Amino acid sequence: METAPKPGRGVPPKKDNPQAKKKKPRRYWEEEATPVAAPAGPPRKKARAREPRPPRSKGVRGAPKSRFGRKPQAPKNASDRKKPRRTLSGAQDPFPGPAPAPAEVARKFCRIDKSKKLPRSKPKTRTKLETAEAQEEEASVRAARAELLLAEEPGFLEGEDGEDTAKILQTDIVEAVDIASAAKHFDLNLRQFGPYRLNYSRTGRHLALGGRRGHVAALDWVTKKLMCEINVMEAVRDIQSVFPLLAVDGRGSADPNWNRWLYIYDNQGIELHCIRRCDRVTRLEFLPFHFLLATASETGFLTYLDVSVGKIVTALNARAGRLSVMAQNPYNAVVHLGHSNGTVSLWSPAMKEPLAKILCHRGAVRAVAVDSTGTYMATSGLDHQLKIFDLRGTFQPLSARTLPQGAGHLAFSQRGLLVAGMGDVVNIWAGPGKASPPSLEQPYLTHRLSGHVHGLQFCPFEDVLGVGHSGGMTSMLVPGSAEPNFDGLENNPYRSRKQRQEWEVKALLEKVPAELICLDPRALAEVDVVTLEQQKKERIERLGYDPDAKAAFQPKAKQKGRSSTASLVKRKKKVMDQEHRDKVRQSLEGQQQQRQKQKTAKPTGARPSALDRFVR
Amino acid sequence: MKVKMLSRNPDNYVRETKLDIQRVPRNYDPTLHPFEVPREYVRALNATKLERVFAKPFLASLDGHRDGVNCLAKHPKSLTTVGDDKTVKQWKMDGPGCGEEEEPLQTILGKTVSTGIDHHWKDPIFATCGQQVDIWDEQRTSPVCSMNWGFDSVCSVKFNPIETFILGSCASDRNIVLYDMRQATPLKKVILDMRTNTICWNPMEAFHFTAANEDYNLYTFDMRALDTPVQVHMDHVSAVLDVDYSPTGKEFVSASFDKSIRIFPVERSRSREVYHTKRMQHVICVKWTSDSKYIMCGSDEMNIRLWKANASEKLGVLTSREKAANDYNQKLKEKFQYHPHVKRIARHRHLPKSIYSQIQEQRIMKESRRRKEMNRRKHSKPGSVPVVSERKKHVVAVVK
Repeated sequence: METAPKPGRGVPPKKDNPQAKKKKPRRYWEEEATPVAAPAGPPRKKARAREPRPPRSKGVRGAPKSRFGRKPQAPKNASDRKKPRRTLSGAQDPFPGPAPAPAEVARKFCRIDKSKKLPRSKPKTRTKLETAEAQEEEASVRAARAELLLAEEPGFLEGEDGEDTAKILQTDIVEAVDIASAAKHFDLNLRQFGPYRLNYSRTGRHLALGGRRGHVAALDWVTKKLMCEINVMEAVRDIQSVFPLLAVDGRGSADPNWNRWLYIYDNQGIELHCIRRCDRVTRLEFLPFHFLLATASETGFLTYLDVSVGKIVTALNARAGRLSVMAQNPYNAVVHLGHSNGTVSLWSPAMKEPLAKILCHRGAVRAVAVDSTGTYMATSGLDHQLKIFDLRGTFQPLSARTLPQGAGHLAFSQRGLLVAGMGDVVNIWAGPGKASPPSLEQPYLTHRLSGHVHGLQFCPFEDVLGVGHSGGMTSMLVPGSAEPNFDGLENNPYRSRKQRQEWEVKALLEKVPAELICLDPRALAEVDVVTLEQQKKERIERLGYDPDAKAAFQPKAKQKGRSSTASLVKRKKKVMDQEHRDKVRQSLEGQQQQRQKQKTAKPTGARPSALDRFVR
Repeated sequence: MKVKMLSRNPDNYVRETKLDIQRVPRNYDPTLHPFEVPREYVRALNATKLERVFAKPFLASLDGHRDGVNCLAKHPKSLTTVGDDKTVKQWKMDGPGCGEEEEPLQTILGKTVSTGIDHHWKDPIFATCGQQVDIWDEQRTSPVCSMNWGFDSVCSVKFNPIETFILGSCASDRNIVLYDMRQATPLKKVILDMRTNTICWNPMEAFHFTAANEDYNLYTFDMRALDTPVQVHMDHVSAVLDVDYSPTGKEFVSASFDKSIRIFPVERSRSREVYHTKRMQHVICVKWTSDSKYIMCGSDEMNIRLWKANASEKLGVLTSREKAANDYNQKLKEKFQYHPHVKRIARHRHLPKSIYSQIQEQRIMKESRRRKEMNRRKHSKPGSVPVVSERKKHVVAVVK
């Protein structure tokens, strides 16, 4: 069957050329220096004999070993079969073969976890999985090539000749950068209404400010256009931007009997809802893809409120006293709560018990932050330690640092920079690359503010850090903190009203149900390896008895004297004996199999030594 | 110090005039697209639900016949019919002019009553069957050759569309016979449990044909190995009367005496779709149109009904965005088809009470047969009651 594209009309056919051996036309790949990537053209036997076969480097296909023990049948793409185009002018292609694609970049687009072992399956399923893996590889190569089209580059700040970047002042940076970026640094002096907490919207255009003495404002901080500004006349504990709305909580006066409830305002400052079930709330977190507002309260309850429907999904009792430290993991929507016994617990609305509990500090945990890929968690505690934990895999601390003053606030940026607010000073640490944890040795930038820090957040797609403190709000320049290329269909800071409306509708349609929140968000796409026996065992454990067990055999009542006591007993005994025989046969088979396994496993043991008797 | 801040020029991100389209820069980095799998799962669920919402396959009902519709045929150019009066008539495709009576182009008188007719795919040859299988040339008035094997009448005959010299026929003594026209002999025959009503050759696979049987099943055979059918298709609750393949060769439609028609994929044993109406009584014949979009069925209440092959497909010209959205939804449904919620919605079909109760009854009967066979196997000498696969159970014999 013809697979390669036929050459054009004017080109003489290569196959039926009997004089080919005498006069070989020179092909572009026959230069000795260039190893060619794509196999092209009709087989040239002499060429092959002359030079060693060039390595088939397509740039990426290191051909990772297949998990299934067979070579993956990679679908052939057009570039494989490209024949050398003979141009009329005789010009040669200066860049033969397919375009190179960097392997590390392609790796970030691979989503299949190759290290997972799959149970043995039928050949048809195995071929399907192999084809899927090959297609994913090809797609990742193509996506890696498309990275060239990304327009922006991330920012950077480098000191020259051993200059410490931490000593560079914000005013110096402001002088050195362009006007538009310099305008992003501003200070709002708002001493009258108490320490401020702040929250940027998901696109990074809008900023919500909440002062302790009741000042609530929402503005577009780039154009400095105020959307709304109100004073709620009561104390404000936390504020969260919930797509076009604002959620503000914790309003309450000094009177301890007055309950502090959760209030929701729209973007013009009109109070829309007052949710009384969430009372004495200390912290708010919005899970954007599930439309859930998680609230942590002084009473020790973690409540999830579905904002699209207006229902409380679940109220979980964390059983750890007052909750005042909360962070969300943007990768899997798990809520991290820090407790006064030094532990951080991970919660999902689907389970009544925490998914995991991690012992982090010797004293109380004062701040928790999780990075945007969900790989690292930074915590700081009363023991003046700042630790970074690995969240995917082992929940072990990767690095730790002792701070002169405990950090009360932590935040991660989109590119993995970590900021800690200690008193009225903020320190920013940076890592070597986007995918590695920040190195806590030397801070990248520092800044002293005019008041004590009460809130920290990096602006999503701008190189800016917003700090809310007791003197108002400061917007700091942090070059290199933000993701330079956004995706227009997810969060687009330049979206129009129509685009926002379309995005809202689509987001509501694909709202993920709260039951699907778990530690691994890709669980639905994985092969389900949990066996039926395990599920049965768990059910028996939970219920205390086996609901599927066959009911005890009841002999049917028969006529004509066949149902006398003696014959009933005889029938019962017959069935019991049969079941007993089956069980014994099964257990014998099981034992035989185990013995077989042990026999085959025995030769790998170590030589017996004299110290074996001390091994416990 | 060297410093560069990220600063975007809004001119690159905002459109110039209101008449332009909006600019949408893309970045496919997975960290910018969290929750890919749960969001795609919800989209797949929505797509499945919408497919069920838009599943309206019935298009039209063609009235006019004064008795039950017994057979349909599809050919772009000519029409040949057989009748109970032992004649074979050939008709023009255009209607009669004004003042003219409708007259057949040609009438051939045969010796016996013919019960079925099929035309060769390429040559001007057709075959009829009745007492025996006759091969006719269009210009002649007597059959070119007659073939017979067995003593009973033959009820239907079909030419193979790819290997055009092969034809298959079904006889009343429960067998399917394959003939070779070049040698003018029968080739081989397979005897099943019950009589086959019709067969249909797969237009894409040269050797496969599907037989519609009286025992409520359809059997797909490979001509080269007739001892085991390639697949047994079980879903009807009464005799299957007609079967026709889609031009793609991947699916076929079957009409049954229970008042429904079902669409089966070739490689699976269960139907993917069932069409029924209160007004449609026993369906005698069914055809899949040659553009693989519509299904026509004729039933014994004198109506021919036109259905869509894909129940939720939008007819007409689709814009490129609609096509892209369609393709995306299809792929999503395929990816998540095994998840319980998605599967439950995709599988759900409303059935008339008669069919539904018959299905339950037949399930109980099958279950009890299976249980009895297992008991027999358990209480006899191991090996004396062999395990026979479902596929081999229905073939009685193959004769060469």
